[in-house]
Amino acid sequence: MERGKTMKLSIPEEELVLQGHLACQGCGATLCMRYALKALGQNTILDIPACCWSVIDGPFPHTSVKVPLFHTAFETAACAASGIRAGLDALGRKETNVVAWAGDGGTFDIGIQALSGAAERNDNIIYICYDNEAYMNTGIQRSSATPYGAWTTTTPVKHFKKMPKKDLVRIMAAHRIPYTATACVGYPEDFIKKVKKAKEIQGTTFLHIMSPCPPGWKSLPEETIKLAKLAVTTCYFPIYEIENGEKYTINKVIKNPKPVKEFLERQGRFRHLTEELIEKIQKNVIDSYNGLLKKAGLDLEVHVKE
Amino acid sequence: MSKGKIVYNRAKDIPLNAMSVDTMLFNKTGAWRNVRPVIDYENCICCMICWKFCPDISIYIEDDKPVIDYDYCKGCGICVEECPKKCISIEEEGR
Amino acid sequence: MKQVIMGNHALSFGAMISRVQVIAAYPITPQTQVVELLSELCADKRLDAEFIKVESEHSAMAACCGASAVGARTFTATSAQGLALMHEMIHWAVGGRLPVVLGNINRAMGPPWTIWTDQNDSLSQRDTGCLQFYAQSNQEVLDTVVQAFKVSEQILLPSMVILDAFALSHTSEVVDVPDQKLVDEYLPPFNPRYILDPKEPHTFGGLTGPDGYYELRYKIEEAIQDSKRLINETGKEFGELFGREYGLVEKYKLDDAEIVLIASSTIASTARVAIDELQEEGKKVGLLRVRVFRPFPSEEIRELLVNRKKVAVIDRNISFGHGGIFAQEIKSALYNCKDKPPIWGYITGIGGRDVTVEHIKEIVNDTIKSEKPEQDILWKGVKL
Repeated sequence: MERGKTMKLSIPEEELVLQGHLACQGCGATLCMRYALKALGQNTILDIPACCWSVIDGPFPHTSVKVPLFHTAFETAACAASGIRAGLDALGRKETNVVAWAGDGGTFDIGIQALSGAAERNDNIIYICYDNEAYMNTGIQRSSATPYGAWTTTTPVKHFKKMPKKDLVRIMAAHRIPYTATACVGYPEDFIKKVKKAKEIQGTTFLHIMSPCPPGWKSLPEETIKLAKLAVTTCYFPIYEIENGEKYTINKVIKNPKPVKEFLERQGRFRHLTEELIEKIQKNVIDSYNGLLKKAGLDLEVHVKE
Repeated sequence: MSKGKIVYNRAKDIPLNAMSVDTMLFNKTGAWRNVRPVIDYENCICCMICWKFCPDISIYIEDDKPVIDYDYCKGCGICVEECPKKCISIEEEGR
Repeated sequence: MKQVIMGNHALSFGAMISRVQVIAAYPITPQTQVVELLSELCADKRLDAEFIKVESEHSAMAACCGASAVGARTFTATSAQGLALMHEMIHWAVGGRLPVVLGNINRAMGPPWTIWTDQNDSLSQRDTGCLQFYAQSNQEVLDTVVQAFKVSEQILLPSMVILDAFALSHTSEVVDVPDQKLVDEYLPPFNPRYILDPKEPHTFGGLTGPDGYYELRYKIEEAIQDSKRLINETGKEFGELFGREYGLVEKYKLDDAEIVLIASSTIASTARVAIDELQEEGKKVGLLRVRVFRPFPSEEIRELLVNRKKVAVIDRNISFGHGGIFAQEIKSALYNCKDKPPIWGYITGIGGRDVTVEHIKEIVNDTIKSEKPEQDILWKGVKL
């Protein structure tokens, strides 16, 4: 569509997600899909294991996306995508993008074997994990992507999660796949740029997307974008990419991180945290961010100004 | 375009596998809403940030302006929160 | 062209002449030669297919489902634990109506670790909706792969081609590998109407409530019932083109038999020798081989067993708590018939224990001698 000279959109206008979908109010996962498909375009096949998107798309015989979608079993996002890719290649349909689209449970936990297999084979697929940090579709149970300190229904307040979040990006980078990146629904331009980059790469590309979930995080639906941005500006979820498992680039360098408390206090899942625990989380966040800066070869060390 | 919600009454009409034959557009999610965002066009600078962050694809662009589609807007309030000019207000739904 | 090949290679060549387009497989004894040869055939370009060397059988079947959903002819092979791991995805292939063909080498389930044959691995997949063909020779293995694709692609359900570990998998036999042109004439390219295609996008396998799921299952049963006709027709057509005819069941010297012995897989080929010898001794016994277990050939069973005096079923498998599985199925097929014969259900050869001509003759002679089956499960050869 032609636009007036004054209007400039920062992301593509074409919508491949339709209205009427079944996502909750303020759903980050839906924004993820909306942005990803804007970058991928029509010539795309989605393969989705059990996750929120198995519901969001809508019940048979209806759909909310304008691209073909293959629902697959929980642990099979990556291998079903490998199969789709092989089938397309065998049939000479090499131009079609194959995207495995999974939540954190399907990626960090039950699907990691198949993901590792596809990555080791360097199958030509794009794997996108929208991470809302727990099994939200089944009612907020902890996953290995749930952060330290969080409440879930299986890590109740008295026994909040004591283990840190699994560092899946490093695991993926260790496979030396051509492209691994993080992105966040708060920064769609960066996300879209990365999906477009992944599209051009032959081989396995892995995108890890921070995706707030109001019912699971016990946050306000209107604050989804605010929280997504805070995840980045507090350094809780850094935005970076790794090429060939080695070359780290931080796409959004946060020189003056905001206190992580600003991110935590807007979420009911962290309400029980004492000042002491928040301090512990703060230290971990900054330490790991400084580690990342070092990996990216930046001569910079950040700290939170009180 | 959606022909509305499809209900099969006979096995022979159903596709062999659970395959979509229509969209979810019949599902007017505006009914979920208990608050209504309203754009004040006097102050709107048409930056399209509200359009960009709408998870429900319920803000469309018409004549270079954002327009809220109340048939589908779930009333999450992201547009209200993210509007840099604070020109989207929230009104209680009268239902 | 006639070649001396092992059963595993019969599976590989069967896949090759079927012009499979995607193979996804994971190695397991005693299946390894199937994938070894296929990867060589792909590397040599004698077979123009994508080979995904997946990291598990579960992923193998998932990849096959994905490939089949875009419209590629897809093959995999496994055995025992591997098949058990695939179980979820066999359901997926069935519900997704994806005609993947799967070779399974019958191997007993662990623990304890074992690699020798029995049928418990494949029979544990009984209720998935995957067709099951039990082959008795390497020739039949190869021929059945081609037929399985032809049947599966018409009804859009997966098939399993099953052979005994070692007795067939590692045993070399003379196998006629048919001319490719003739095979192409017999088996047209896979061209499903609905595939994953961005030009005509559909979502497959979306959430389905009680208002639709039931009918989808009804349609699977309708399709698998229809496959009975198709299996017999395609088996007959195969005979016309290649000189080897196949059906759901195979009769051997059955016409005047008062006693019918029922067996499957390689036990059935051994049983033929036993039947010859028993008939020479003047005993009125014949053999019925069940080649296809799913769909179960109930009509043929009824037609061939009603009015016989006695039936002895050999099961190289056991459903713990209820006995031999073929025996159960045959009993249930006959239950509503008048003049049904009593059925002796023998279990033997579990975990690859040899089943010889002598064992089979003993089974038949025991059946002749006894008035009625003393127990539901008659153990043969167990060291009591």
